[in-house]
Amino acid sequence: MNTKAKGREGGYNCVVCIKQVPDTKKVTGEAMKADGTINRAALPAIFNPEDRNALEAALRVKEMYGGTVTAIAMGLPAACAILREALMCGADKAYLVTDRKAAGSDTLATSYILSCAVRKFNPDLVFCGRQAIDGDTAQTGPQIAEKLDFAAITYLEDIEMDGDFAIATRDIGTGVEKDRVKLPALFTVTEKFGELRPYEVRRVMKYKKAKAPVENGGVALEGDFAIGQLSCDDIGAEADRCGFAGSPTNVNKIVSVVLAGGDYKEVAATDEGVKALVDELVADHTIG
Amino acid sequence: MAIDRTKGEVWVFAEQEEGKLSDVPRELLGKGRELADRLGVRLGAVLIGGEGVAGSLAAQLFEAGADVLHVIEDARLEVFRGKAYRHAFVELIKECSPQIVIFGATHMGRDLAPAVASALKCGLTADCTDLQIGDYTDKKCTCEDGSAKVVKDVLLQIRPAFGGNIIATIVNPYNWPQMATVREGVMKPLDPQPGRTGEVVRHESHLDGVEIPVEVLEIVRRHSSINLKGARIIVAGGAGVGSKENFKLLHDLADALGGAVGGSRAAVDLGYCEHERQIGQTGVTVRPALFISCGISGAVQHLAGMQDSAKIIAINTDKDAPIFKVAHYGIVGDLNVVIPKMIKAIKQKG
Ligand SMILES: Cc1cc2nc3c(=O)[nH]c(=O)nc-3n(C[C@H](O)[C@H](O)[C@H](O)COP(=O)(O)OP(=O)(O)OC[C@H]3O[C@@H](n4cnc5c(N)ncnc54)[C@H](O)[C@@H]3O)c2cc1C
Ligand SMILES: Nc1ncnc2c1ncn2[C@@H]1O[C@H](COP(=O)(O)O)[C@@H](O)[C@H]1O
Repeated sequence: MNTKAKGREGGYNCVVCIKQVPDTKKVTGEAMKADGTINRAALPAIFNPEDRNALEAALRVKEMYGGTVTAIAMGLPAACAILREALMCGADKAYLVTDRKAAGSDTLATSYILSCAVRKFNPDLVFCGRQAIDGDTAQTGPQIAEKLDFAAITYLEDIEMDGDFAIATRDIGTGVEKDRVKLPALFTVTEKFGELRPYEVRRVMKYKKAKAPVENGGVALEGDFAIGQLSCDDIGAEADRCGFAGSPTNVNKIVSVVLAGGDYKEVAATDEGVKALVDELVADHTIG
Repeated sequence: MAIDRTKGEVWVFAEQEEGKLSDVPRELLGKGRELADRLGVRLGAVLIGGEGVAGSLAAQLFEAGADVLHVIEDARLEVFRGKAYRHAFVELIKECSPQIVIFGATHMGRDLAPAVASALKCGLTADCTDLQIGDYTDKKCTCEDGSAKVVKDVLLQIRPAFGGNIIATIVNPYNWPQMATVREGVMKPLDPQPGRTGEVVRHESHLDGVEIPVEVLEIVRRHSSINLKGARIIVAGGAGVGSKENFKLLHDLADALGGAVGGSRAAVDLGYCEHERQIGQTGVTVRPALFISCGISGAVQHLAGMQDSAKIIAINTDKDAPIFKVAHYGIVGDLNVVIPKMIKAIKQKG
């Protein structure tokens, strides 16, 4: 990052959207139910990998130019675990968006609800992960930006600030592009941005007791440890655009991936075996 | 009178950069042709770019299967900028009411498609590996006689989910257009039909008065010599190769065969080979005439990118490795021993 780039008076108000996801790398037979669906309860829940990079992006902007970092997660109360992690790493504030009305949201409804939540904080910069590993859709970020009419920069690899503009480096697949982006803007961040910094010991002690009201018998904690809690009503999200009602896509069918039994030809790992194989492939013009 | 939405065209976004078409549009037109024929509607390609972009590309798109080319040319669309492209595309969809719109799941497609879907409040399914037309039974919605409502001829959007462990079929029966992105290399292009032509329709960009908040300062293209998709033979290595130095063995085998070298994600993560060589769900999808898999366990995410290869040889020390389930030839053994024997046998032939 170019340290000569100029920030601005008061720094930048950053919001990061982070999601708690099942660790899909750990899907094993036990995690599959008989009907082919996933037993989410059997999987450990983790901080979505690229959302960690998104948080790092926000923390870096704050560190270099000043300002604040607010983390928002939408999900079940268990998602407070990653909000606590975000606080321990340096986020100033954390909010859980949780509501029965949000259940069954596809990306259109999710992005609508998150856009309502983000709007409340009136940010200059919003960071999302490029994609969440449970769905791999990469749609939520660009859709939040569209709803807020923010500039959207996908596949962010680096950022510096210049007054009311961000200079963003992004991967365009066929190369790398540098953009000058007018704020407010939303960025989706890839792992190339760099790893999330480790916890600050001092903050771990302080925030391990942070709780949202749902985790505390409905009572909000006093002071810094409070994780904010927002319902659809609190953020002014219309019920018919949330959850099942606001989701145009339906899952019609799910099948688990079962590999067909292998009916392969065994080839011995000997000179003769390998030679016979090569001869066969030459004979049928596969190689030649 | 409301327009009959089932008469709408099937559209493919004809992604281009610097006036050059990428491979995806041709692949999508191959699939789009099938869908449009099944529905009895026209297949359209949507080309967005700077002045004159249609000139050189129209013929290629017709030869690849399009019946009609919808063109928006505007100097402000010369380089891809999400908001400008989104705005132009959304207006075009409102004007023409296509029933299906398909994008490549490229960086550009994954930037543009979600924004378009969000603006139109319609569904979008990412990274489909297959698309079909079929009927959808809506169990939540019943007809007067109590039977479940059936929506005819919807787009069945088939994609792996949950890290590739399940295959889901997604439908978007009501908020049309039905939109999907499709990964590169998954659909097969048609053989080009030289001389095939179609109708060119030009449209407004509707960009006057629209503020575009992004200025592209610089683009540095990666000129990669790695072309896995075009390779007839691929030798791929995984974590079992053991080191970057050892990956040279695979290059030697590939050279002897005139093939290309690919890798699993573990091989890429371990730094054995470049990211462009990654094969699988989050890499490229390949279907060469011959795929030689060396030291790869065969995780579902990897198989998703190579299991349609015509012939698969698997070399693995673990006889229970899942890779053997998709292999045509299996060699249970150490790749350090087997590969040199292969190179020797190839050099000796003929
Ligand atoms: C969301 C998601 C997306 C993913 N996308 C992809 C993707 O696109 N592509 C991809 O490849 N993976 C992908 N993965 C990762 C995938 O799950 C596996 O982790 C990965 O494919 C494993 O790579 P591997 O087979 O090389 O390594 P391992 O699983 O470690 O297997 C190494 C194999 O080498 C064998 N071996 C060891 N030594 C030797 C020897 N001397 N000779 C012969 N054999 C030997 C071992 O028996 C073993 O089977 C993805 C994962 C997730 C969660
Ligand atoms: N429920 C959620 N809560 C907070 N952020 C989310 C949520 N869902 C998606 N996001 C953000 O959107 C990104 C892309 O998600 P997806 O579209 O699901 O791949 C994630 O990396 C997050 O930054």
